[in-house]
Amino acid sequence: MKSESLSNLQSILDKGDFAVTSECGPPRGADPEIIRKKGELLKGYVDAVNVTDNQTAIVRMSSIAACAHLVQLGLEPVMQMVTRDRNRIALQSDILGAYSLGIKNILCLSGDHQTFGSQPDAMNVFDIDSMNLVNMVKNMKTEGKDMSGFDLKSPPKMFIGAAANPFADPFEYRIIRLAKKIDAGADFIQTQCVYNMDRFKEWMRLAREEGLTEKTHILAGVTPLKSERMAKYMASKVAGMDVPESLIKRMGDVPKEKAAEEGIRICVETIAGLREIKGVHGIHIMAIEWEEKVGPIVEAAGLSPRPQAA
Amino acid sequence: MIVGKQKPIAEIKEIISPYKKVLVLGCGTCVKTCFAGGEDEVATLSSALRLSCKKEGKDIYIEELTVERQCEDEFIREAAIAISKNSAVLSLACGAGVQAIARRFGDVPVLPGVNTTFIGVLEKQGLFTEECLGCGDCKLAAFGGICPVTRCAKKLQNGPCGGSQNGICEVNPDTECAWQQIITRLGNLGQLDNLKKYNPPKDWRPSHAGGPRKLVREDHFI
Ligand code: SF4
Ligand code: SF4
Repeated sequence: MKSESLSNLQSILDKGDFAVTSECGPPRGADPEIIRKKGELLKGYVDAVNVTDNQTAIVRMSSIAACAHLVQLGLEPVMQMVTRDRNRIALQSDILGAYSLGIKNILCLSGDHQTFGSQPDAMNVFDIDSMNLVNMVKNMKTEGKDMSGFDLKSPPKMFIGAAANPFADPFEYRIIRLAKKIDAGADFIQTQCVYNMDRFKEWMRLAREEGLTEKTHILAGVTPLKSERMAKYMASKVAGMDVPESLIKRMGDVPKEKAAEEGIRICVETIAGLREIKGVHGIHIMAIEWEEKVGPIVEAAGLSPRPQAA
Repeated sequence: MIVGKQKPIAEIKEIISPYKKVLVLGCGTCVKTCFAGGEDEVATLSSALRLSCKKEGKDIYIEELTVERQCEDEFIREAAIAISKNSAVLSLACGAGVQAIARRFGDVPVLPGVNTTFIGVLEKQGLFTEECLGCGDCKLAAFGGICPVTRCAKKLQNGPCGGSQNGICEVNPDTECAWQQIITRLGNLGQLDNLKKYNPPKDWRPSHAGGPRKLVREDHFI
């Protein structure tokens, strides 16, 4: 079912429409129904769905297989791919396979370290890094070659994404790294969840100054908070996350049973703020195990219905 | 130097248990510096083993010897007589030393008493840190003298991951982020432009990925 047409996500971004993507984590088991159910919850509200690749280093249904289930459902997946578990031979082969299954978007990541997961005794791979992966997929697309320089028959033409964290250190360096990822071939960038708007705006300003927003599509990440506890956990325990004290307080100031509602309100406000920032071309809603809230958030943000792909 | 750590005494007792006469063989170079297998450690371990076996009513004879370097045949030969008098050797050298003994003395069981851990430095008294994986293609010139292959938990070649915060690696709060160190140092050296350069996928052939390595120096053949 090879198809040369652009991905839905790419055509929406190319047209200059504001894109909405979301995320869905495959199950710790082999039941395709779980992934289909999550997909159904998102259908119609988003332009593409990220499928994580053994996120937090916990064994799950493979990203490729879960993506293929979504394709069958008529949803467009963004296949996440990490360099933690596969060497360059396996990565390339999986990309060929994924494209043959109708998967047209890829998000290239290094991946969470295996010591965070359920099998910390595993060996990691890290043969190449996420920058190299971006470049590899780009060379497949523009040169039609694999990493050995071999001319592929029917090379995959993926829409290539990479991640950026405006909140990690060292801050000044983050823009150099973004530029490097774009040069390597990133068509779109998904950012870490934005809670600290000021810092994000500053990062966007630097990106604009360097002309980077002209060269790539930046999708700002958002994650609705469920509770004050979650806000505190994100602030202190999740590497590279920046949750301002004021937001934690806001979550704590409402009664427990209203906290989730407040979290969603914050999320919708954040989206409104993000749409005002020049160079932000879309949002990426990460609501793992809370997929049912994605639709309401998209609606409340006034981003529904989604544009039809060309 | 090679850094190693002595195995727990219970494990050592277990692996020497089939033998009645054991030579505890130390090495006076790297493992001496990291307090794993020099003369002092040989003496301490031997006394501990004798004492513990005596308590349990086990009959064992333990002999002690330390050579200058267990990874060089010239020094290993000095141990020949002591080895011939014992039924097994408990080597406190690094893995290379243990194997060098095994290679020279084909019919003597050689047992490791040390876990060999890394190539590193003595950062300060009592603290050893890993610095080099021996990748066979040293690129330290590009990274301000700090190795991302070894000191970044993800071997990243093109800059820090998203988890680097306040100079600390996301993988271990006790470890500095190598990339933060690289960036700081390149800044001090006025070489921040290095960061903009794309580093292509590493060629791992010269590393252990290409199988066990050999260094041939024909100019030194005799
Ligand atoms: S680049 Fe290779 S040889 Fe150089 S310090 Fe790092 S691991 Fe060792
Ligand atoms: S935090 Fe720094 S050292 Fe640790 S994995 Fe990330 S880039 Fe590497």
